[in-house]
Amino acid sequence: MIEQYIPIFLVIGFALVFAFATVFSSNIFGPKRPTPEKLSTYESGMKPIGGTNERVSVKYYLVAMFFIIFDLEVIFVYPWAVQFRKMFHEFGTPVFVSMLVFLVVLELGYLYVYKKGGFKWD
Amino acid sequence: MGLEANLLKNDGIITTTFDAVIAWARKNSVWPMPMGISCCAIEMMASADPKYDIARFGSEVMRMTPRQCDLMIVAGTVTYKMSHVVKKIYDQMPDPKWVIAMGACTSSGGMYRSYSVVQGIDQFLPVDVYVAGCPPRPENLINALMQIQEKVGRSKARDYSDIAMPELKILQNN
Repeated sequence: MIEQYIPIFLVIGFALVFAFATVFSSNIFGPKRPTPEKLSTYESGMKPIGGTNERVSVKYYLVAMFFIIFDLEVIFVYPWAVQFRKMFHEFGTPVFVSMLVFLVVLELGYLYVYKKGGFKWD
Repeated sequence: MGLEANLLKNDGIITTTFDAVIAWARKNSVWPMPMGISCCAIEMMASADPKYDIARFGSEVMRMTPRQCDLMIVAGTVTYKMSHVVKKIYDQMPDPKWVIAMGACTSSGGMYRSYSVVQGIDQFLPVDVYVAGCPPRPENLINALMQIQEKVGRSKARDYSDIAMPELKILQNN
């Protein structure tokens, strides 16, 4: 049984050896002539200003999350509103009520966020 | 094709030198740094399109970072203000590296005989090939690339032609 897998192990082994050999041989044999100028940060030829890992305030993340939630809400509401007349004739009040439930649930979330101060920027 | 077949018929073995193989590999994979500063850059872009197809020479990969480039195509008018940027990017390219001065402005200042324009980038960069034209046609740039390939083909693997270039002075008596 195990003999059947020998070709696969061979292929895996060969692939590993080949991958490591190609990557590290270029690292070993490749010419390296570092100068301070060459190793300096590439900023399209300009002198870099400040550090590269600037920290971004978590407020942006919150705003983005709220945006996605209410954006999705709109995505659901629009087609519903466009087709509302037709669907209302066909199915009656449940069409209206189901959307109302959906909006109320989201509105509860909205109130929660408002009360927690999620919309305050400072 | 015939040459290799004949060679192989004799012994089945071809011998060569590392320098020859590396030069052959290098010259067929010259990756340009597109230093497109002004209008010549349009022709440089055109040389990469299917009509002119710089990929035939292995140079279709225009890298937007100097770390992966062998050839700097300076395409456009280099002002003194921009000259530092060009020099810095050239310095950041790994050795060995080559430079094409594309167009009249880059090669000699062109029609801009002005206080603000460097009268030829060879004042601060070791230029290998100058391309005439305003702007040069893509064929002309490809010809320059072929000249570079010829030069690269003659190079040795670890032979770096370091040419000390003088620091460019901003104030110059024109």
